[in-house]
Amino acid sequence: MKGRVLVVDDDTALAEMLGIVLRGEGFEPSFVSDGDKALAAFREAKPDLVLLDLMLPGRDGIEVCRLIRAESGVPIVMLTAKSDTVDVVVGLESGADDYIVKPFKPKELVARIRARLRRSEEPAPEQLAIGDLVIDVAGHSVKRDGQSIALTPLEFDLLVALARKPWQVFTREVLLEQVWGYRHAADTRLVNVHVQRLRSKVEKDPERPEIVVTVRGVGYKAGPS
Amino acid sequence: MPGDSRARTGRAAGPGRGGSRFGRLLQDGTPGGPVFRLVVRWVRRPLLPAVRLWRRNLQVRVVAGTLLMSLGVVLLLGLVVIGQVRNGLLDAKEKAAQSQAAGGFSAAQDRAATTPSVPGEQDRGRTGASVNWRSTLVEQLASGGQSAYNVVALSLETGNTASRGARASGEVDPTTSIPADLRHNVAQGTNTYQKFARIQYTNGKPSEAGLVIGKRLNDADGTPYELYYLFPLTQEEDSLALVKTTLATAGLFLLVLLGAITWLMVRQVLTPVRMAAGIAERLSVGKLQERMKVTGEDDIARLGEAFNKMAQNLQLKIQQLEELSRMQRRFVSDVSHELRTPLTTVRMAADVIHDARADFDPVTARSAELLGDQLDRFESLLSDLLEISRFDAGAAALEAAPIDLREVVQRVISGAEPLAERKGSRVVVVGDEQPVVAEADARRVERVLRNLVVNAVEHGEGRDVIVKLAAAGGAVAVAVRDYGVGLKPGEATRVFNRFWRADPARARTTGGTGLGLSIAVEDARLHGGWLQAWGEAGGGSQFRLTLPRTADEPLRGSPIPLEPEDSRRNREQAAAGPAGGPGRGTAAGTGSAAGGGTGAGARLSAVPAQPPAGGRQALPVPPRMPSVPRATADPTALPGSGARVVARPSDQAGSTGAAGDGDGGEAMASTRAEREDGTGGR
Repeated sequence: MKGRVLVVDDDTALAEMLGIVLRGEGFEPSFVSDGDKALAAFREAKPDLVLLDLMLPGRDGIEVCRLIRAESGVPIVMLTAKSDTVDVVVGLESGADDYIVKPFKPKELVARIRARLRRSEEPAPEQLAIGDLVIDVAGHSVKRDGQSIALTPLEFDLLVALARKPWQVFTREVLLEQVWGYRHAADTRLVNVHVQRLRSKVEKDPERPEIVVTVRGVGYKAGPS
Repeated sequence: MPGDSRARTGRAAGPGRGGSRFGRLLQDGTPGGPVFRLVVRWVRRPLLPAVRLWRRNLQVRVVAGTLLMSLGVVLLLGLVVIGQVRNGLLDAKEKAAQSQAAGGFSAAQDRAATTPSVPGEQDRGRTGASVNWRSTLVEQLASGGQSAYNVVALSLETGNTASRGARASGEVDPTTSIPADLRHNVAQGTNTYQKFARIQYTNGKPSEAGLVIGKRLNDADGTPYELYYLFPLTQEEDSLALVKTTLATAGLFLLVLLGAITWLMVRQVLTPVRMAAGIAERLSVGKLQERMKVTGEDDIARLGEAFNKMAQNLQLKIQQLEELSRMQRRFVSDVSHELRTPLTTVRMAADVIHDARADFDPVTARSAELLGDQLDRFESLLSDLLEISRFDAGAAALEAAPIDLREVVQRVISGAEPLAERKGSRVVVVGDEQPVVAEADARRVERVLRNLVVNAVEHGEGRDVIVKLAAAGGAVAVAVRDYGVGLKPGEATRVFNRFWRADPARARTTGGTGLGLSIAVEDARLHGGWLQAWGEAGGGSQFRLTLPRTADEPLRGSPIPLEPEDSRRNREQAAAGPAGGPGRGTAAGTGSAAGGGTGAGARLSAVPAQPPAGGRQALPVPPRMPSVPRATADPTALPGSGARVVARPSDQAGSTGAAGDGDGGEAMASTRAEREDGTGGR
């Protein structure tokens, strides 16, 4: 299992501790402490996952997140000290897949990282349709009229989860469990933000979604194909 | 001037009030009073909008007042002017008439003197001759006036000859036109007498006002007769009427103009005042940049300037406070971050050490365990502190959505299961047959309930914990009842204090932070709900969370009584109810309950409960209560964290406790008396 993790954090002690824990779990960590150098380090290290502190000297975490997301769909997990502020939503909207609130336990962190990397395991060849989209699960591609749409792995997982059971309405909690790997109730803002991001990519008119339909008071479901 | 305005208001409501006063008067004496009052009420109803306008609109009041007062002035002026004019007109007429009459009288006298007396004829036709003479006299005298006056000659009122000698010119009715008292005066005296009277005509001409001047004269025969001059005042009346119409028209114009002028002037003054009122309203809503437009240097301008200065100072202060609050929040947020980053490192390091403790010697291994445990505690303390300061800074936001409290309770109970198992107690849910839905923040409600349930299990001394749900009216409630050590008197309010501990010496098994209930109270308050505690020493406690069904609805009561039905006092009362009557039951209550005591006691009817189904003997109360969710809201429930504890001498408590055990069961009040007092109010 691949396990290159780029740790973007200015706190050297925390970065070192993260390194110890990650190495102990079989990951290969690399480090960068400055937001300005983060993108270069990312290109060089080609990590499978980025651990990103939101508060950084130089470029802040939100900006780094946006830059990385602009050129890669690699999973990004934010480290944040503030769980209830807009920071989290802004971070998610700028492309982070998940976040973890300080102080966290090492096991929690590792579980989050593994959940994000889990999908790298080979899926069975499978062809799904949702709306006018064609999804090749093994090939990891989404096409509309032969035109391929670029999605991050998380967005792809979200779409596949919905498309596999088009008859089912998914509550946000169920999606959190299936897509993010949360065992117990977590922040449903994760789902809301990523559904918005997904819609902005796959819907013809994100204001009036046809692929990912909101079921008021319950959750989301796949649109009719 | 409030008195002034009240007086005016009274006047405005005059018809109604006067009517009702009249109605009262009537009612005192006559049986028709109530009917009259009904009529008055019926009449008054359509007047109410006008009364309201009068009370609320200063402009209307000022204009109406001005109109009323100037109406009075105009009327007074008119009366004076008319009086003056009439006096002037009449004086002139009177003088002319008097000289005319005087001339006439002397002419008549002369004629009487010059006409030779015919003694021979005297016997034969004396009366006829004198009458003829008078006729010609009257005609002659009247002809000189060209109908400006008429002349009447009357014989002296002596017996039945009175009307015989009556001669009048110009169709004047001689007898009715001359007033009797004037005739009397004339007949008695020798002077000239005058009087205003109405002149009547014989030819159907309408009567008119006139001046009558009369004198007693002697005719040619020396026979006395009365001669009257009648001057009609038609012209003067016409002139007076003209003056009256002119005055009335002028007065009306004056009134209308005055009203209009007052309206304009008042508006000029009131417009800035109204503007100020409107801006003050907008300021109070929070639009702090609102200012008045100031022009000139008059009083109104000064008002505007003062107002603007006030608004500016207000805005400044509010901005300062907002700035402070922002700084506070910022500080909390910064502390949060600054503390959390090193804590994360320590936490991870501790976990790594903890995982490797098997390789350490016992002392180091135990140290690693302590380090890990205390870090957990430190973490929860930190997050609780931050949560509290978020409430203090007003930064806590409610994310309300309709939730079923049963689900929340289930989650909480399954979370508390391990602790309950360790403590050897069960958590029983009552009243979850129907959905208990409220608009609430699921995360916060779950936090509150987790806190209550964990506390109850922790202090329940291994006895069962009962979680009771109910919904009624606009409120839902969850009560968590334990049968542990309970609360001492006065502690029920203090449990919500920060870092408060019932017994500092008591060991804690789950390292609580001492902030849990404080946060819970804040959470409840954020919902517009209540969190209250009740407890009795040795008899356990009950914590009740009451939430409004919808977020914007104020709470009026709680579906669950704060003091549980199986409280010691309730059981006592229920037991005393059928036997000793209400007297003994209320005696156990605290002083504050005495007010409602007799009523409560009278309402109390006790039914023996089902004997426990072979439950746990150690319990003073059976674990499963046949309790029915109450359908009515608790009207006397108190807002906030208010609560009270049953105060009672310990010996009595002991005896009743023993009695309860001896029964092996309990009696429950089916109609529960409300005993919550006002001491718990915040």
